[in-house]
Amino acid sequence: MLSSLTTRFALLKQLRRGNLGDVIFQLLALLFGLSILALVFGIVFETWAQSAPSRREFGWSFLWSTAFDPPNDSFGALPFIYGTIASSILAILIAGPIGIGIAAYLVEIAPRRLNQIVGFVVELLAAVPSIVFGLWGIIVLAPWLKNYIVPPLQAVLGWTPLFSGTFFGPSVFAAGIVLSIMILPTVAAISRDVLRAVPDAQREGMLALGATRWEMFSRAVLPYGKSGITGAVILGLGRAAGETMAVTLIIGNSPKIFTSLFDQGATMASIIANNFAESRGLFLSSLIEIGLMLFAVTFLINVGARLLVSLISRQPQGGIRA
Amino acid sequence: MESEKTKEESKPFEDPEKKPDARQRSVEPQPAYRGEPAASAMVAERLSAYYGAFKALADINISIQQNKITALIGPSGCGKSTFVRCLNRMHEVTPGGRIEGKLLLYGEDVCGRDVDPVQVRRKVGMVFQKPNPFPTMSIYDNVIAGLKLGGRRKSSELSEVVERTLRQAALWDEVKDKLKESGMALSGGQQQRLCIARTLAVEPEVVLMDEPASALDPVSTQKIEDAMEELKERYTVVIVTHNMQQAARISDYTGFFYIENMGDPGRLWEFDETSKIFSSPNRKETEDYVTGRFG
Amino acid sequence: MSQLATTSARYRRRKLLDKAMTVMAYLCTLAAIVPLVLVLVYVAIKGLGAWSPQFFTGLPQLFGNGGGIYNAIIGTVIIVGLASLMGIPFGIMAGIYLAEYGNNHLGSLIRFTTDVMTGIPSIVVGIFAYGLLVVSMGGFNAFAGAFSLAILMVPIITRTTEEMIRLVPGSIREAALALGAPRWKTIVYVVVPTALGGIMTGILLSIARVAGETAPLILTILGSNFLNTRIFQGPVAALPLQIYDFSRSPYAGVIEAAWGASLVLVLMVLILSLAARLILARRGST
Repeated sequence: MLSSLTTRFALLKQLRRGNLGDVIFQLLALLFGLSILALVFGIVFETWAQSAPSRREFGWSFLWSTAFDPPNDSFGALPFIYGTIASSILAILIAGPIGIGIAAYLVEIAPRRLNQIVGFVVELLAAVPSIVFGLWGIIVLAPWLKNYIVPPLQAVLGWTPLFSGTFFGPSVFAAGIVLSIMILPTVAAISRDVLRAVPDAQREGMLALGATRWEMFSRAVLPYGKSGITGAVILGLGRAAGETMAVTLIIGNSPKIFTSLFDQGATMASIIANNFAESRGLFLSSLIEIGLMLFAVTFLINVGARLLVSLISRQPQGGIRA
Repeated sequence: MESEKTKEESKPFEDPEKKPDARQRSVEPQPAYRGEPAASAMVAERLSAYYGAFKALADINISIQQNKITALIGPSGCGKSTFVRCLNRMHEVTPGGRIEGKLLLYGEDVCGRDVDPVQVRRKVGMVFQKPNPFPTMSIYDNVIAGLKLGGRRKSSELSEVVERTLRQAALWDEVKDKLKESGMALSGGQQQRLCIARTLAVEPEVVLMDEPASALDPVSTQKIEDAMEELKERYTVVIVTHNMQQAARISDYTGFFYIENMGDPGRLWEFDETSKIFSSPNRKETEDYVTGRFG
Repeated sequence: MSQLATTSARYRRRKLLDKAMTVMAYLCTLAAIVPLVLVLVYVAIKGLGAWSPQFFTGLPQLFGNGGGIYNAIIGTVIIVGLASLMGIPFGIMAGIYLAEYGNNHLGSLIRFTTDVMTGIPSIVVGIFAYGLLVVSMGGFNAFAGAFSLAILMVPIITRTTEEMIRLVPGSIREAALALGAPRWKTIVYVVVPTALGGIMTGILLSIARVAGETAPLILTILGSNFLNTRIFQGPVAALPLQIYDFSRSPYAGVIEAAWGASLVLVLMVLILSLAARLILARRGST
């Protein structure tokens, strides 16, 4: 309130001085800044409006209905919500620890030079387009998993429902692994920033007590950066939930509630991408409603995670070498 | 020979350029002061410290007396902090940090290749300039943070250690009713005493203090000074301080660090009993500094 | 008595754990490098096999060797170019706002929203563009695709611009102000040019990011087997979309073409990322 008042006051003062250029430029900049907010509102409004027919037709039951029957115009979102949660959790279970491990390596262990190279590699990993990962996942990774990973896995864990059934290639399992590779840069980069923000005084305090590097990391650095690391993991989760093309190619797009990871499934994003072009009317509207839900979920995830990360950032950077 | 040695040892500071034979001095730990009960806890022999290519400290020879308080004084940036950080090998933690020379803890080489800094730091504890309690731990957990590294102990034993060390750090009465609260809830001075207790809990031989009171108010400073008086009963204390009154009040020995020219490494200019340093120092720069003529 | 060499079982266990965790950290890093190398090597080998002059000059086919990707390359250039025309000025202006006028509650809100926007799934942005520009314009068109990509570019450019402008030393700004230049001229002619290297990095990275985007394009330009250079009318092809179409073909020859197109796309993206990195490195060294 106060700040907007002072801004207005400053504007008036500038006007009185006759510096019109400054006022116009500031207003112009403000306009673009506000447009960012407008874009987000636009997304909400558009998806809300376009999904109206579906919301009218199915109401809340859309959330827990497993129906997916385009000829009879009967749709439910549950299989896709389920598929999104399952594949994202599988991805974060793999990428979370590995991403934090990379961050730990970069901040606590790696020499400066190597630090830059590894940082660049992680950046490149983020730059490879989703569709290329999808192609690689379905053509190269899935058959490789089928031949080398699934048989031993099934020999040991085949009795659990999670790893039962026949593995054909396109599967939740393969999708989760590709997803984990794709979200690794997100988790690693943000965890790295968080670990760098942990003050060296914390590290030195623990080292001076005679701690090893691992004890320093696990007892002083990690607890200090806990909220930020959690934020990084949640951001990775959000990215996995919204990732579309790779999953569309790999997961099989089968609208059912699966129990085995070797089964095929579908996520919210993949079902939209897979069916959008051929859909009309209520089908299209229900796909857009799924998009609205996806937006809401990823938006909330991102807001929460960003808040957690911002708790620790904006501090002098650390990173001593024990 | 005998008399010369005594003389040499009684003035642990040696300028190698003036006394070439200092270079051949035996590396065996020697009691520095004949006739006194005190013995050397730590001895540095021609110790130099680097940050990358930059030499921050050159040829420090010092012998730190057991169960005494040794104060290190000198102008800013002359290497006092670097030196204490060498004593428990915290200096190597800084990027580019490197130590040359010999450093003995009760006759054992601390800087040897096969010596694990982790082991050294169990024996030589350190209190930092700014209090750095672990924010996610309670007061109780902060105190035993170092102790827990050494393995599981009975909780009765832990409580005993917590009470003893907090008493030694003159903090017990203030926190005994809120041991489960976060260490961050304490004032700056209390936090620093908590860090002292945390260091003592590991039962080191030597306690290093890097300007422990520089960020604190006079009352807290007073409390920390009081605590130090008791500490020397059990520990050997080395304290870096900017405050000459503080050095004069609490220490038994004082070392004066000085840089002669800009860009030179810091050197231990003079080292002697505190009373001697503050009344009749041997070198002019020391006298100028302790009388407040510069720095 | 050797104090420092005491090696209790507990101490050995601690050291062992420390070593083990250090090795784990190395393995984690390896786990990031291995898939990247595998993907890149595979794309390079398979992709080069699919390359031929006809591949770059022909139109796609649904069978045989998949034909070429001429229309997809043109489509990508048009759409990414259009997206840059929209997204770059938008992002830079919003970044200027945040850096110069955004130290208030509104600024914080916009900054936070920008950060959150980077996490919005691209397919949702595609739905937005579909509703806004495809439905109203009566069909799939290149402009809608470019619009959705521009939205994805904006948060990246905005945040880099803000950070880079904040790095410009106050002395440079003051020097211009002291000459009597009004603030906006100082920003446009002094501050932004000083930060331009860093801003370019953000721009290149954002282009690299959206050039590979597929999901919003399915919803906006649909894809096409023909060349379409019209901006406001008719489905258009783009490289990532073409890969998607190729990859769903039952014919091995067409799948080969998907690898060929992937190599083109990956090279594009890698060159842009490398260029961004180089600009940043040069800035750092001077």
